[in-house]
Amino acid sequence: MLAVRLVNIMSHRFLLSGDHIIVNTMILGVDRAVEYILEMRNITKLFPGVKALDNVNLKVRKGEIHALVGENGAGKSTLMNVLSGVYPYGTYSGSIFFEGKECIFKGIKDSEKTGIVIIHQELALVPSLSIGENIFLGNERAKRWLINWNQTHMQAAELMKRVGLRENPATLVKDIGVGKQQLVEIAKALAKNVKLLILDEPTAALNEEDSENLLNLLLELKKEGITCILISHKLNEVLKVADSITILRDGRVVETLDKHKDDVSEDRIIKGMVGRELTNRFPERTRKIGEVIFEVRNWNVYHPLIEGRKVIKDVNIKVRKGEIVGIYGLMGSGRTEFAMSVFGKSYGKHISGQIIKNGRELVLNSVRQAIENGLAYVTEDRKSAGLILIDDIKRNISLASLDNISKNLVVDENREIYVAEEYRRKLNIKCSSVLQKTGNLSGGNQQKVLLSKWIFAKPDILILDEPTRGIDVGAKYEIYKIINNLAEEGKAVILISSELPEILGMCDRVYVMNEGMIVGELDREEASQESIMKCIMQSIKEVV
Amino acid sequence: MQTIKDVFKNNVRQYAMFIALIVISIFFQILTDGILLLPQNVTNLVLQNSYVLILAIGMTLCILSGGNIDLSVGSVSAFIGAIAGTLIINMKMDVGLTIFICLLIGIAIGIWQGFWIAYLRIPAFIVTLAGMLMFRGLTIAMLKGLTLSPFPEKFQLISSGFIPDVFGGFGTKLNITALVVGAIISIIYVILQFKKRAEQKKYNFEVVTMPLFIAQIILILAGINLFAYWLAAYKGLPIIFVLIGILVLVYSFFTTKTVPGRYIYAMGGNEKAAKLSGINTNKVLFFTYVNMAFLAAVAGIVFAARLNAASPQAGINFELDAIAACFIGGASAYGGVGTVSGAIIGALVMGVLNNGMSIMGVGSDMQMIIKGFVLLMAVAFDVLSKNRARA
Repeated sequence: MLAVRLVNIMSHRFLLSGDHIIVNTMILGVDRAVEYILEMRNITKLFPGVKALDNVNLKVRKGEIHALVGENGAGKSTLMNVLSGVYPYGTYSGSIFFEGKECIFKGIKDSEKTGIVIIHQELALVPSLSIGENIFLGNERAKRWLINWNQTHMQAAELMKRVGLRENPATLVKDIGVGKQQLVEIAKALAKNVKLLILDEPTAALNEEDSENLLNLLLELKKEGITCILISHKLNEVLKVADSITILRDGRVVETLDKHKDDVSEDRIIKGMVGRELTNRFPERTRKIGEVIFEVRNWNVYHPLIEGRKVIKDVNIKVRKGEIVGIYGLMGSGRTEFAMSVFGKSYGKHISGQIIKNGRELVLNSVRQAIENGLAYVTEDRKSAGLILIDDIKRNISLASLDNISKNLVVDENREIYVAEEYRRKLNIKCSSVLQKTGNLSGGNQQKVLLSKWIFAKPDILILDEPTRGIDVGAKYEIYKIINNLAEEGKAVILISSELPEILGMCDRVYVMNEGMIVGELDREEASQESIMKCIMQSIKEVV
Repeated sequence: MQTIKDVFKNNVRQYAMFIALIVISIFFQILTDGILLLPQNVTNLVLQNSYVLILAIGMTLCILSGGNIDLSVGSVSAFIGAIAGTLIINMKMDVGLTIFICLLIGIAIGIWQGFWIAYLRIPAFIVTLAGMLMFRGLTIAMLKGLTLSPFPEKFQLISSGFIPDVFGGFGTKLNITALVVGAIISIIYVILQFKKRAEQKKYNFEVVTMPLFIAQIILILAGINLFAYWLAAYKGLPIIFVLIGILVLVYSFFTTKTVPGRYIYAMGGNEKAAKLSGINTNKVLFFTYVNMAFLAAVAGIVFAARLNAASPQAGINFELDAIAACFIGGASAYGGVGTVSGAIIGALVMGVLNNGMSIMGVGSDMQMIIKGFVLLMAVAFDVLSKNRARA
């Protein structure tokens, strides 16, 4: 088990550099006669006031992995919804040919019958049903309406073996991790005799190890002859597995690259996606690092439900004014749990340790106390724990600091709009007005609203948990600029991330976290992919 | 500058139910040969529905906090009525003191239910279902299954009394006090509107054009004063109007303008996010149920006074009327969306339907069918228009 993990971590190093070493080993069946399984011709899709797709042409060869990349709002999901029948025939113009035949889909059922299955970012599984039941959901192994349970379990076990899922088919889906749930989705697709599998951001919620497994599974399925369309923001993954890459921007195809012919690099893809050269993915900043302002000492936290399980073990960190300190760790390393337990004990039980700010010890028993003492925590899960999606931008921004805009508990609504407008300008939030619902914003703009909310709370210490997760390259750059500005203003920033380039590009100092412990502390000069990975591997060895 | 089109576009859903109320009223006005909007009938209509209006306010807060409802309010109202009857009729206690005790008991009931709901997180549906059974049982036990009657006149005044006309009518048949109150409310409204406009200008916000602003004010003033005239033409200003008016104003202000009001919306919108923003969501939930039981006590007193009796059968299905009013008025079953004024309009829609159909002599079987259908259509309209807005 550990060995597998080590190999995964090692191979990850090559992936990140985006070079061709690993890529070249992937070339399979280069000069097969060109046979297109799917052709989408001149697809145009209009929404009221917006041309979501403008004359898009997409050709996918049989048996290849075809990546679809583009910024949020470029039209990737719309295109796939057209293909899978979510938008039925007649609501768009243009034509779709699958295996040479024109497709007229009235709904998802039609496209699934043809062999096209889409797996959405938000998984469509029923948590309280078993793996087996989920695999055959809507496609039950049954005689008329009587379910054949033996057949269900037997065939489920077969499919699970094919996707490498080692679990009992009777296990409930809610009891397995996201990575395994993703495998259940793929098994579900296989049960429908899938010919073309569409995956929308399959690795967005997965950790490195699970992502690796999933990508390898895609390569396996490719060998079995299953064609795949992969939508992803993670360009290193795209470069690893894709044979062709189609870049979309503003509803149009910029270009389709063939990895075996064209010179493909991350830079070229990014340039296509954003329409300009991004010379530096991390903006420059002038460093003015001051005194230690915030310290956490001997921090220990137990799991809130499982008695006796220690989640955080003797963690010590400190942050200086104007400093950006990174906490790097794989998913499950305890980074989020640590941050939340510090932030007014919003996670965990039997919390012990000291929090010291400006040399004075603080006792933070509630989130309110934490905010009042100048702490802010920007959650990694902006949709379910960060924003109120049915509320507008201004109400989201003011929520954590209503005291600042109210007198005798009465909210000054004019002041609220004024403040929201100020942040809209400063952080460049793209919206029709501050009265727009945050649920209708793109991921990058949602993140900016969430940042505005916490900047408006006027903290001295900001804990940012995966601030750029699931947002596109252009918006990432803007978020980085905001973070840099905060540091330049003298705030102390703790940046939690599982993206190594982000940690290396942004941070002045890095703590490496694994299994609830700090396993290394590296300065900007010392920090590199190799040195960080070495910390993690050493800690694993010590445990062994 | 905002034009009439902008104003309307931004507030379609808010106005939709209000327009529906007006349309339904005109419809019944024609069908009942003008009886519906007679001054006497308008007064009656509000008296008949006073308990729903009061309960709908509290129910709005419960629904806002996360789609929770309170099923116990009918039984709690009956229980409070029974206490009032026992204290006043059997024990000859002072009316004022009795009301005070009843309100305290209401709060205590709220604390009991709120504790299970907010701090032990037992689903509100279950806790209040249990409350519905328990307080109905307590009511019957307390009254020994009998109806207590009558209340002294002083107690009855709560629901059937009118504010005395201090001006004496000046020889006309009109109640001058009602007109004066209408005029005072008009003046306050105009002052507040101008103040609001000046504030908005200070921040350089867009404001509606001056002619539109004036038109808006004239329309509202006409509405207020016409209503005052209507009341003046009958017996004047009912005490219950004043009570409900104050409750509506206070709770509207509370939900839309104050920090704790915001907390209720935030909790219903996304509880996790609210918690991470420093909101004590347990406390918010606790408060909404204490408040609900308090208002149920108010409704219980009003209803007992109107019935002039404490009956073991009082308050049956009150909770359902209140819940229907909230949803007709645009509240979301998932929480976080809805307004007090919406719930009031919803309650009035139900009231006009009831009253109009009763005047026409429609049987109660038909009435139930129609009311159920209206509830379904109102919510379906809301859901469908939201879907369209999203696409």
